[in-house]
Amino acid sequence: MTSSEPFVRVENVAKRWNGQLGVEEVDLSIPRGSFVALLGPSGCGKSTTLRLLSGLELPDEGTITIDGRDVTTAAPSERNLSMVFQSYALFPHLSVAENVVFGLKVRRVRASERQEKLRRALEITGLLGYETRKPGELSGGQRQRVALARAIVANQPLCLMDEPLSNLDAKLRASVRKDIKKLQVDLGITVIYVTHDQTEAMSMADIVVLMKDGRIQQTGSPEDLYYRPANTFVAEFVGSPPMALIAGAALPGFEGYDKIGLRAEDVQVVEAGNGRLTCRVSECEFLGSETFVGLTHSSASGLTVSMPGLRNIPAGKELEITFSDEDLHFFDSSGRRISPQTGAIDI
Amino acid sequence: MAKHVNLERRRQAIYGWLLLSPAAVLLTTFAFYPSLATLWTSLFSRETRRRPSEFVGVENYSDLFADPTFWTVVQNNLIYAAATIPISMAIALAMALWANSKIPARGFVRTAYFTPTVLPMIAAANLWLFFYTPGLGVLDQIGSLFGLPSVNWLGQPETALWAVIIVTIWKEAGFFMIFYLAALQTIPEDLKEAADIEGASRWTYTRRIVLPLLMPTTLFILVNALINSVKLIDHLFILTKGGPNDASKLILYYIWEMAFAFFDAPQAAAMTILVLAVLGIVAGIKFTILDKRTHYQ
Ligand SMILES: Nc1ncnc2c1ncn2[C@@H]1O[C@H](COP(=O)(O)OP(=O)(O)O)[C@@H](O)[C@H]1O
Ligand SMILES: [Mg+2]
Repeated sequence: MTSSEPFVRVENVAKRWNGQLGVEEVDLSIPRGSFVALLGPSGCGKSTTLRLLSGLELPDEGTITIDGRDVTTAAPSERNLSMVFQSYALFPHLSVAENVVFGLKVRRVRASERQEKLRRALEITGLLGYETRKPGELSGGQRQRVALARAIVANQPLCLMDEPLSNLDAKLRASVRKDIKKLQVDLGITVIYVTHDQTEAMSMADIVVLMKDGRIQQTGSPEDLYYRPANTFVAEFVGSPPMALIAGAALPGFEGYDKIGLRAEDVQVVEAGNGRLTCRVSECEFLGSETFVGLTHSSASGLTVSMPGLRNIPAGKELEITFSDEDLHFFDSSGRRISPQTGAIDI
Repeated sequence: MAKHVNLERRRQAIYGWLLLSPAAVLLTTFAFYPSLATLWTSLFSRETRRRPSEFVGVENYSDLFADPTFWTVVQNNLIYAAATIPISMAIALAMALWANSKIPARGFVRTAYFTPTVLPMIAAANLWLFFYTPGLGVLDQIGSLFGLPSVNWLGQPETALWAVIIVTIWKEAGFFMIFYLAALQTIPEDLKEAADIEGASRWTYTRRIVLPLLMPTTLFILVNALINSVKLIDHLFILTKGGPNDASKLILYYIWEMAFAFFDAPQAAAMTILVLAVLGIVAGIKFTILDKRTHYQ
């Protein structure tokens, strides 16, 4: 096995439910030790992809290789992976300790070794002292950590997580996010992480896989998705606020392009008469250090400008904006990104 | 201030008693009072035309203990309970686990299992008469195909009780299965998936996860099965009438006989009190020891 061989490889995988769409043409190649986020709106096939990797579902087409071994039809336990469920799937009648060592017991690990591994896993997840509690006697965050401990105790090289933070409140989510990322780096494991929250995906992942309607839209680093969105869906999904799309016909000199993308931070407000577009203010969203001013224009959607500090511009007021050509993103009529120089599809 | 608190507390107490009173009235009329009346009756002698009833203390009880039929009946009932409870529960659990898995015609299987439950016990007994009747019955017909001699299942002391036991199991297993099936459906699918990822076999998953989570249901069914082993006697009236030679006579049937065939109300009352005492002890064990060891969700 060469080092360039990906750790997890998914080739042309499809899964359909009674002929209906599940996922189609999924191709992934995941290097060892990376953190991969499967991102997308609800129902786009993230969980299905993860369950195909775990072996809880079997694909209708395609092959899955983990660590150089074809596991397309292998049982979940033969794939050397662990999983954190969205609901945590803790056994309600077993104590924290019993939940964590359940898999070790199944695999007949010696009691002394089991004890040692349990202690380490609880230490890492900060659960020492909770060994005898039942899941029902823990807070949401603690349960989540038990699920994490159960996933890491077996020391598997691959860990799958399906929206592990979606049941936590916003503050806890931010801190557990850091913990999970640190854990992944410290243990050197490969994590495939499902989320519908782009902040989570962008802040944790080395590779983000953005999906829609069962198909992968773009695979790349967070910067790739942000600065080089492969199509208008990615452009409008990633970033907050997402990219604005302007009809090419509205911008003199760019009539040849179907849609033109523009990020809020690349927009400047200028004196009347000097702008490239004249818009009306629709709302102001104050975020502390800056204010996002939403703008409407007859041939653009999602136009926003970011202004420093607190601004209170009355709705309906006319504003002129400008931007430089190198900050523009170009898309053809089917929504794909194209290069402004060559006019070729540019991903 | 203290006055207000007192008033509020009294209001709460009155409210509580008002909520309790319907249950209290009904229970007193139909459970506590009859029990006490029965206890009272069991302490008096039987009233005949020549002798009026008089207080005899525990004499009815000592008569009962000296009655060999009583001991036969107790023994029969113990065998009846020891056979029907575990066997019907085991069959119910096995059927539920099977009917809960992904099998073809699942709805049909579930309905088929449940059918015996909706039949009245008397109808079920008539049905089984058709199986057991010597010569004409299905069992004998099948036996004769293999050249076996005709057997009078209900008419001989060695088999009568077992024939009755089988009818009870057949009747109860489907009923208990419904409880198990309902409980199985409350176990989240992802527990099985988590166990699968860890490599737990189907058996390990059943033993370490499913059975413990079914424990509250098992306990509930156990108590029901226990009560039924005392009270389910309707089929005796059709099948054996307690015979032959008391071989299939159960306690409740004997109480009925004592009260309405032999017209010995005090003896019947004494036996009733003993049954109540045994059931009371069982309930006590359930609420103290077993409940502590059970995980309720
Ligand atoms: N077991 C199933 N049976 C039928 N359809 C399913 C099943 N699981 C998922 N689907 C469908 O597959 C699509 C993708 O679902 P899923 O992967 O769960 O989405 P998400 O990205 O929200 O996790 C959805 O349209 C869903 O309805
Ligand atoms: Mg999902």
